[in-house]
Amino acid sequence: MTLLDVLIALPLAGFLVAMLLPAGNHALIRRFTLGLSLLIFAVSLGLVGPYWFAHPSGYVFETNIAWINSPAIRYHVAVDGLSLWLIILTTLLTPISVLCSWKYIDKRVKEFFAFILLLEFGLIGVFAALDLFLFYVFWEVCLVPMYFLIGVWGHDRRIYAAVKFFLYTMAASVLMLGAIIYLYGRAGTFDYTVIVSHLQSGALSFSRAEEFWLFLAFFVAFAVKVPLFPLHTWLPDAHVEAPTAGSIMLASVMLKMGTYGLLRYCVMLFPNAAHENAGWIVVLAIIGIVYGALVAMVQPNMKKLVAYSSVSHLGFVVLGIFSFTQPGFDGAVYQMLNHGVSTGALFLLVGFLYERRHSLEISAYGGVATPAPQLAAVFMISMLASIGLPTLNNFIGEYLVLQGSALVNFHWTVFAAIGVILSACYMLWLYQRVFFGKTPDDVAHHMPDMTVREWAAALPLIALMVWMGTFTQSFIPPISATNAVILARTKANIETQVKRGAPPAPDGSHPAAHTVLASLEEFFRAR
Amino acid sequence: MNLWLIPVFPLAGFLLNGIFGRRFPKALINAVAVGSVALSFLWVLKTLSGLGSLDTAHTEHYFTWIQSGALNIGVDFAVDRLTAVMLMVVTGVGLLIHTYAIGYMEHEGGYYRFFAYLNLFMFFMLILVLAENFLLLFVGWEGVGLCSYLLIGFYFTEQFATNAGNKAFIVNRIGDFGFSLAMFLIVRQFGSLDFARVFGAAAALPVETSLGGITIICLLLLLGATGKSAQIPLYVWLPDAMAGPTPVSALIHAATMVTAGVYMIARSSSLFLHAPIAMDTVAVIGLATAFFAATIGLLQNDIKKVFAYSTVSQLGYMFLGVGVGAFSAGIFHLMTHAFFKALLFLGAGSVIHALGGEQDLRHMGGLLKKIPITAATLFAAGVAIAGLPFTSGAASKDLILEAAYAHAPWMYWVATLTAGMTAFYVFRALFLCFLGDYRGHHHPHEAPFVMWGPLAALSVLSLGGGFLSVPRWLEPMFPIHELEIDALIRYLPFAAGFLGIGLAYFFYVSRPQIAESLASSFSGLYKLVYNKYFVDEIYDATVVKPTVQGSRTLLWRGFDAGLIDGVVNGVGARARGVGSILRLLQSGSIRAYATWIVFGSVVALIAIGLAGGAR
Repeated sequence: MTLLDVLIALPLAGFLVAMLLPAGNHALIRRFTLGLSLLIFAVSLGLVGPYWFAHPSGYVFETNIAWINSPAIRYHVAVDGLSLWLIILTTLLTPISVLCSWKYIDKRVKEFFAFILLLEFGLIGVFAALDLFLFYVFWEVCLVPMYFLIGVWGHDRRIYAAVKFFLYTMAASVLMLGAIIYLYGRAGTFDYTVIVSHLQSGALSFSRAEEFWLFLAFFVAFAVKVPLFPLHTWLPDAHVEAPTAGSIMLASVMLKMGTYGLLRYCVMLFPNAAHENAGWIVVLAIIGIVYGALVAMVQPNMKKLVAYSSVSHLGFVVLGIFSFTQPGFDGAVYQMLNHGVSTGALFLLVGFLYERRHSLEISAYGGVATPAPQLAAVFMISMLASIGLPTLNNFIGEYLVLQGSALVNFHWTVFAAIGVILSACYMLWLYQRVFFGKTPDDVAHHMPDMTVREWAAALPLIALMVWMGTFTQSFIPPISATNAVILARTKANIETQVKRGAPPAPDGSHPAAHTVLASLEEFFRAR
Repeated sequence: MNLWLIPVFPLAGFLLNGIFGRRFPKALINAVAVGSVALSFLWVLKTLSGLGSLDTAHTEHYFTWIQSGALNIGVDFAVDRLTAVMLMVVTGVGLLIHTYAIGYMEHEGGYYRFFAYLNLFMFFMLILVLAENFLLLFVGWEGVGLCSYLLIGFYFTEQFATNAGNKAFIVNRIGDFGFSLAMFLIVRQFGSLDFARVFGAAAALPVETSLGGITIICLLLLLGATGKSAQIPLYVWLPDAMAGPTPVSALIHAATMVTAGVYMIARSSSLFLHAPIAMDTVAVIGLATAFFAATIGLLQNDIKKVFAYSTVSQLGYMFLGVGVGAFSAGIFHLMTHAFFKALLFLGAGSVIHALGGEQDLRHMGGLLKKIPITAATLFAAGVAIAGLPFTSGAASKDLILEAAYAHAPWMYWVATLTAGMTAFYVFRALFLCFLGDYRGHHHPHEAPFVMWGPLAALSVLSLGGGFLSVPRWLEPMFPIHELEIDALIRYLPFAAGFLGIGLAYFFYVSRPQIAESLASSFSGLYKLVYNKYFVDEIYDATVVKPTVQGSRTLLWRGFDAGLIDGVVNGVGARARGVGSILRLLQSGSIRAYATWIVFGSVVALIAIGLAGGAR
């Protein structure tokens, strides 16, 4: 029983306990969920332990036991540099979601908080699972609570949005299920690590067409989740209708299921197909970056604006992954975390505004900075993070992704970087219309400044934006180590182009990161 | 030498005032804001005296910022002779302007916020000049842009102020687009962003005579510089930036931030020297901007707008200087301009302060007797910018003009004509302000000591700053080419300056009616220039409107909601037939749903079991 098993079990147990609590006692349910989610967060910090002094590129906290014997489905979970921070992001955002739903949710309180815990269970499981079937189960487990969060606690068009969300992702994940079952037929196992080692040893190999279709099935499932242009239209509706907590979990963590899957499964299992198809995928990603930003610019609804900005930001992640470079990979993973933090904060703050004014229309606001200067300041920092201001987190991710893509194809970078200009346009215009200007009376009367509870929800995210933007090396080394392995698997590294005349600075480089690099360089010199 | 303390002092000031300033008394806010900059200034003095002659750069490494693959970017600071000049200008002029702002902002709301932003600006500006790699320089670069945005929109309840802030940020983002692309190419070509490494490697490369890698890098860097330093085609944000409080205009939009582009080009001189095409582009853009902005300055009626266009024009001179290879002259002019332009703005601020917010020259006049100290300091700045002999402006501008003459004589002639125009429009403003009769209805009062003290200090620097021989100091970095230049060429700019002042006196003091009749007889041209050649309107019609309208009608309503969702909902409608049966499942009872989840999972497992068993 490892720490990771505890981490997976706790929210599930919490979900079951919450369902048994008396439905009328709202205070008890809220406190229970908050307390438990904080405990889970504390436990999850223990995952960083093995990474404290070293940078293992393999799996830690591994548990591999049989779950079902025939077919052989295993409970195989572990953490590596790819999943480490995503799990911690999940456990961090869950208590924040609880806090922001404290007063917001007043009907079916018990079920709401129970579903939050079930969602957390599913999300941790998705990132930890190393058995394809187990992964698929967790993947589907995530859909259910989110469907209800939108469908039950959402706004006016919640049913339309919930069904659209469910059908879109369901339709796509059925393809993935088919591919998983096919893989099982070929490999005789669902175990991801076994399949990867078989592929590497040559014990298992795909024909070109076979690999392409398998890749495509996985890819479509993940691309819908990301969402990649043009499969993104469920996202704005889902976000607009979802309650604040739903939007936060959806944008910050659930979208990352897609990008995580692209890197973990599409690239690792089907490296040749992934590499061969990178061209058109990158084009879609870049279209998404620019298109998402342009459409965000003209949205009259705050949540829709942030939702379309997510399409744009996630385009960077996909671009980074399909650049097949170390900076691209590192930037992509970092950008997943960054987007989780900064967009999570934006949805949180939009939720605060909504609780005060009961409208998501930008035109219903104006001059909010006068009655609520703290809210304005926190929103400002989150906005700046979102548009990639240096010293805040998103900048690092965008920089690495664009740098990675520039090593491969500079034209990609030129077009993608237009998104950075446009992000300033839509965000500054939003901020101006909501926070600046003269304050109409109806805004002034409904706009108290932030409460202690709201500060408690927002402050960790603000602190992370600064920390991740400045002391980046607190987070990057585990990511880099795992990405180096994935990159080695794809055999498509462009590293040599960076290396020209640039040995890492002796004083600057991390010793462990350096060894990984050195081994990687040897690896390439060998062929 | 603990260089990190230099920017960290103002950062601490920002945090203290930003977080607690709302509850601080004004005296404490002042102490924190001005004290932090003063400490920073003292630390600069101590560091520079400790470092001595600075024949080689002094570098300090703090921590690794980003390590990804072979890419390694550190938080490294370095001081060489160029940085030393910048540090002195930024902290010295910054300290004076902070002090002045105590008096200027006394009756304004948001006092703590103002000083917090101003401190934050100092932090980023110092990062910018201390950075030892391009990415860290970019941190300062974007950071000062942020502070500029915040301070332009300081009066955030006013639409025009927040519009101007947005415009500044977005236009700068276009420039930063170029800068960041240049960085990506630098990594591609040199494998690093560290100055020492990149410039060292570049020195070994041949000079590019065609559009090669370094030339493209330099042109992209130039795009970044045109944004930050308000050059054609991205100068449009700077005149609007005058919506911010006047000390901001002096510090950010005249003395320091807007010169960052010149600093960056001088810093990257090893790259630019290998790209003559890019150098020529820099010079031509600088010259064109200097001339073009000066023509607009001739007709502006807002005293701050006159000086804003004058800043654009003077920055053009600096670009001309670095573009023709006279890097040290460009930096020299950067420094003297910081003195006299900060003084012009602060003096204008003192006038505006005295007149209760009036900025229109047509409502001024005769103020010489009412606010004599301000008047004296402003005339000191005026003679400096007009380039009269022995002033600081003359010393630096003449070096640029001579270098331009050696490079291409036509550039010299255009620049000298511009110098005459500069003298004309600055003295037009000063005469309209101080001579004649008072045309407004306020009771002007002289500024308090806390304001005129800095004005006096800057007057001394404006007049005598030319004797600080910056080019000699920078000689180890930028060799001085002794030029054989005719005495006529050398002294003609003085004549242009005197002529400009004389014409301004003639048109606006002795025969004011002539200016009006000239304006009406050339009304077409007058309107064109008065409306700044309609550049804002052209940008709006060709870039802004099509982008926004296209996004709304074509992309969002047409493509997103129309096409994609049309297809999706079409599929959905087909599925509705099936859905009407499945709807029976949707009872709304959570318990029932939970049962379905369990049931569904079991079914799925059985299905898999069958599939596996069948195999």
